[in-house]
Amino acid sequence: MRPIPMAEPLLSVRDLQTHFTTPEGIIRAVDGIDFDVYEGRTLGLVGESGCGKSVTARSVLGIVEAPGRVVGGQMLLRTQAGDQVDLSKLVPDSAAYRAIRGPEIALIFQEPMSSFSQYYTIGNQIIESIRLHMGLDKRAARARAIELLDMVGVPQPSRRVDEYPFELSGGLRQRVMIAMALSCDPRILFADEPTTALDVTTQAQILDLLRDLQAKRGLAIILITHDMGVIAEMAHDVAVMYLGRAVETGPVADIFASPHHPYTRALLRSIPTVLAKPRTRLPTIAGSIPLPSARPVGCAFSPRCTEVLGDICAAAQPPPVVDGPRNVRCFLHGGAP
Amino acid sequence: MTENVILDVRGLRKWFPIRKGLLRRIVGQVRAVDGVSFFIRRGETLALVGESGCGKTTAARCILRALVPTAGSIHFYVDDRKVDLATLPRRALRPLRRHMQMVFQDPYASLNPRMVVGEIIGEPLLINGMRNHAERRRRVQELMELVQLPPSTLNRFPHAFSGGQRQRIGIARALALNPGLVVADEPVSALDVSVQAQILNLMLDLQDRLGLTYLFVAHDLSVVKHVSDRVAVMYVGRIVEVAATEALYAAPLHPYTEALLSAAPAPVPGMASNRIILEREIADPANPPPGCAFHPRCRHATANCREETPELREVAPGRFVACLRAEALTLRGIAEVTPAG
Repeated sequence: MRPIPMAEPLLSVRDLQTHFTTPEGIIRAVDGIDFDVYEGRTLGLVGESGCGKSVTARSVLGIVEAPGRVVGGQMLLRTQAGDQVDLSKLVPDSAAYRAIRGPEIALIFQEPMSSFSQYYTIGNQIIESIRLHMGLDKRAARARAIELLDMVGVPQPSRRVDEYPFELSGGLRQRVMIAMALSCDPRILFADEPTTALDVTTQAQILDLLRDLQAKRGLAIILITHDMGVIAEMAHDVAVMYLGRAVETGPVADIFASPHHPYTRALLRSIPTVLAKPRTRLPTIAGSIPLPSARPVGCAFSPRCTEVLGDICAAAQPPPVVDGPRNVRCFLHGGAP
Repeated sequence: MTENVILDVRGLRKWFPIRKGLLRRIVGQVRAVDGVSFFIRRGETLALVGESGCGKTTAARCILRALVPTAGSIHFYVDDRKVDLATLPRRALRPLRRHMQMVFQDPYASLNPRMVVGEIIGEPLLINGMRNHAERRRRVQELMELVQLPPSTLNRFPHAFSGGQRQRIGIARALALNPGLVVADEPVSALDVSVQAQILNLMLDLQDRLGLTYLFVAHDLSVVKHVSDRVAVMYVGRIVEVAATEALYAAPLHPYTEALLSAAPAPVPGMASNRIILEREIADPANPPPGCAFHPRCRHATANCREETPELREVAPGRFVACLRAEALTLRGIAEVTPAG
């Protein structure tokens, strides 16, 4: 693997909490997450449904949907101008936040079809964001749009720029979305399940493109996925999430070689893999993910865990235990009161 | 080959007309399934694999006669006789339907939200003449036990269940009438990974206990490896390769299978380094390329591949491939490595 610059983080998130106030009570979608994002590195946020990985991305970008709100924590961003901004202090709809979304941090979604307007050509949609943020005139913005489409590997970009989203295949739409996300030269890219809706051969193309863009531009990528295979392939660092918390974080090779948290261990064992012998039963995780409104007290994984340490797991939240670059929230690894 | 076969599909074709203009004239045909042949033995799992638009679901729907095939035969061996599902009139089809059942992809959309679990699982019994309430209830409880659903949940509505439990309900419903053939269309792709494993294990257990035959339609090669005895790979309406699972993964004979295997992400860091990345996109089934439909993306294509359409042929016992150059190529499979964890 190529050498990795490990300077100061571009983005430092500490104890992020995003809650949704509903008639049934408060849903703690994100309940205390820490992570750092570095130039030229990919952080994988991995977890199953309800773990809060997408809400984490939306919180950083200030686009959490009502009734959700960032209620606590810090999100320190080092901007390209060199300033330090705490995103949790900004008002989501403000001009200050709009200056962050796009030029500093961009986002690509899972389903490219629903992320575009169907009534404008892809060119118009990219040009709009370029003009809005970079103040270029129409002609220069169009030239820039074509250049971007070329960069992400859209064939015949000067013709494709005038096509509508429905005229493109899923893989091309995802390329266009990446072009649009990169139109204002952000240094941080959130990719929320960017290949989940795509076929495997198309997925391989898009992952290859993201790696290539990262190598060329030093892009910091936060890759959100449920797929451990994609994580193994793409990420330098991983945060394994379960019900609103990162239960374990660390370098990808370490996490896969020696997972510390029982959830990570169980998850890795339960994944179907092309390397398995045919017709083999998989080890499973008992039960299912609780609804976020019925979050267990104590360690959220304790009701499904096979390694519980008696009453403490169901009684108290395990604090993060730091061990070099790794960080785990489990009483098995210390932190017991 | 014909020993103990339950389903024998030959030259199956399903074209959808493209109509245009005021007179709705037919201006073209989408060749969703374009000459597919395979067989399934009693008690085995055949996986039908391919990417979106390859025609795997259309083929499965033709077999269940949810769609009427354009051409071809679908011989189904049931009660010591042979019927051709492709040409059977609707009325003659009805008594056969209990022998072939389906498990759907989306356990949220495939269960009636207004019926309780007992009614959902019991409905096929009622339709097929089990009118006695107590008898039906007994059978429903038996089925719930079989798929490991707590019998106390008999009177709950589907919304009270998790995705995995809903899929268990769907499986119980499919098994209610002791079908010979179960067609499962992406049965775990809507589930979380930790739940996927539970359902895959359940399907394997049920097959061992009840001697079920599965046609397992899926796009995920990792999932397929865990459940299938044999695999048929489809590309743009045709089968490009059929082989025993182990053999297909270890040494594919078709370049498309090779690329598909290479693209499947394995949960081992650093595995992806020498991946084959296919250029361009899947061909349009309304306008497939001449010759081999895969040739525009194939690293091994020659001039001949552009002209001659390869037929599926048996190159070794049980190994079928539709590639003109099959004998000349040595392709990469998946190395057997101990997975992490």
